[in-house]
Amino acid sequence: MAEDVVERALAPAVPAGGARRDRLGRLRSRAAPYALVAPFFLLFGAFGLFPLVATAWTSLFRVELTAPEAREWVGAHNYARLLTDEFFWNALANTVLIGLLATVPQLLIALGAAHLLDARLRGRLFFRVAALAPYATSVAAATLVFALFYGRDQGMVNWAIGLIGLDPVDWQNGPWASKFAVASIVIWRWTGYNALIYLAAMQTIPPELYEAAALDGASRGRRFWHVTLPGLRPALAFTGIVSTIGAVQLFGEPLLFSSGAGASGGADHQYQTLGLYLYEQGWVNLHLGRAAAIAWAMLLLLVVVFGLVRLGRGKGVRR
Amino acid sequence: MTGRPGAESYERAGWGTYLLLALFTAVSVFPLLWTAVAASRTSGRLAQSPPPFWFGRNLPRNVSVAWGEGGMGEALANTAVVAGSVALGTVAFSTLAGFAFARLRFRFRAPLLLLVGATMLVPPQLGVVPLYLLIARLGWTDQLQAVVLPSLVSAFGVFYMRQHLLGALPPELLEAARMDGAGTLRVVWHLVLPAARPAMAVLGMLSFVAAWNDFFWPVLALTQTGNPTVQVALTGLGRGYVPDTSVVMAGALLGTLPLLVVLALFGRQIVGGVMRGAVKG
Repeated sequence: MAEDVVERALAPAVPAGGARRDRLGRLRSRAAPYALVAPFFLLFGAFGLFPLVATAWTSLFRVELTAPEAREWVGAHNYARLLTDEFFWNALANTVLIGLLATVPQLLIALGAAHLLDARLRGRLFFRVAALAPYATSVAAATLVFALFYGRDQGMVNWAIGLIGLDPVDWQNGPWASKFAVASIVIWRWTGYNALIYLAAMQTIPPELYEAAALDGASRGRRFWHVTLPGLRPALAFTGIVSTIGAVQLFGEPLLFSSGAGASGGADHQYQTLGLYLYEQGWVNLHLGRAAAIAWAMLLLLVVVFGLVRLGRGKGVRR
Repeated sequence: MTGRPGAESYERAGWGTYLLLALFTAVSVFPLLWTAVAASRTSGRLAQSPPPFWFGRNLPRNVSVAWGEGGMGEALANTAVVAGSVALGTVAFSTLAGFAFARLRFRFRAPLLLLVGATMLVPPQLGVVPLYLLIARLGWTDQLQAVVLPSLVSAFGVFYMRQHLLGALPPELLEAARMDGAGTLRVVWHLVLPAARPAMAVLGMLSFVAAWNDFFWPVLALTQTGNPTVQVALTGLGRGYVPDTSVVMAGALLGTLPLLVVLALFGRQIVGGVMRGAVKG
């Protein structure tokens, strides 16, 4: 097999020096792959894998940020406390709601934009690069400017809806308006990025499929539905997974959306997400054990969401 | 990256397509342009309605306050160090590991690769508490290595390089190198690196952008007064460190401009990298 060839390929050629050097050479060629992956796995173990696993352990202690050495075993107490904590349930509901408000429109608009970009265009590269400008903008920079757009008295959004005769909306305090506003920042930053991923997938669809569909008299819309969408399945799954992981971790947007609110996610916690609640518990209230328990709740949420998706797909009509 | 000459592509874009694309582009770019407008005004003007739509004269003043008092000057220098180190380190480690996973056979190869892949599905926030305790014990809080070292572990980078090398490094080439008596080091230097170079460049740029914009962990590990990165300094500005909206916008402009320059210069490569399936940072 090709791989055997390669393995031999990397063994140093046998020098004329006899069996001892031959063995040394063999040993070296055996060790070589490990030497190549070692730097990565050293860091991966220390800063990637260890913290992930240790979170479970830390969540069983009372640990103060100011005195991490003086920790006290509390068993499942941190989890039991979360279950009766109204702010935890509030943050969980907000994370799901803002996640839906951000992810669904984001992926739909991206699909439309990708379809536009897939046409034969002049200045194709310009449109693609411009679509990535929000991706190059940091959460902080984007949120700070959107917070101004959504200002109640002086913001551009309320000014614009005033022009068409609507009443101003309290984007900072309205329970739904603020969630929508926070979600819109996510939508702005990631739509172009997802559009390019869909575009890449569209370009792998064989043109013969479109030609055949056109010969059968399928309209443009039907061709999109029956040829393009099935071809996009892997890309749709990929962006769905990545966006969901991003939505569960949402943090920067709600942290910076209002300058006065700090980590509470609005005066009424109306847009406090799990990520923000983790930060508030751990780094504002200094309860690191509780923060670790919230981290596990985030993972659980992710597992539940992906589980539901699998279940839903299993029950769905198979074509 | 090149358009396929497919049936759909042959349909030359009509004016409707251009109109919608122009709208999409305007929405993508407008908040950035308006950041510059706001950065050139006064906070008093920004508190009035209707909002300003054209540039004022206060840009130099706001930029200089954001640079000095707002800490953006120091933050930009710190972020350049962080993003540069992360990009170089990620490319180096990912290329070596990616090559080993693509073309070498060794024990535990499949389970190790699976392990790396699985961590891509886990939110990094899951690990921040022990990571913070680790960094605190090492005495690294407020120091740049606290944000550099954890970012060097890029599961995406390993997969990206492995995928590229599976296509770009034919086994026959390695066989020929063996015939010539080349050792692993020479193979890496003379065969792997040249074959990997285009993907290394793209991975480097994507890692640079991701490290520049990294938010959650730097906000935990660094503070406004001790070695902030751009995102940490902007967080401080946003939470009232300098209570002047136009200065905050000048800070946002300063923090974003370097990446917009990178995007303008290397747009083609970055678009290509994203289209080959990059992963959110």
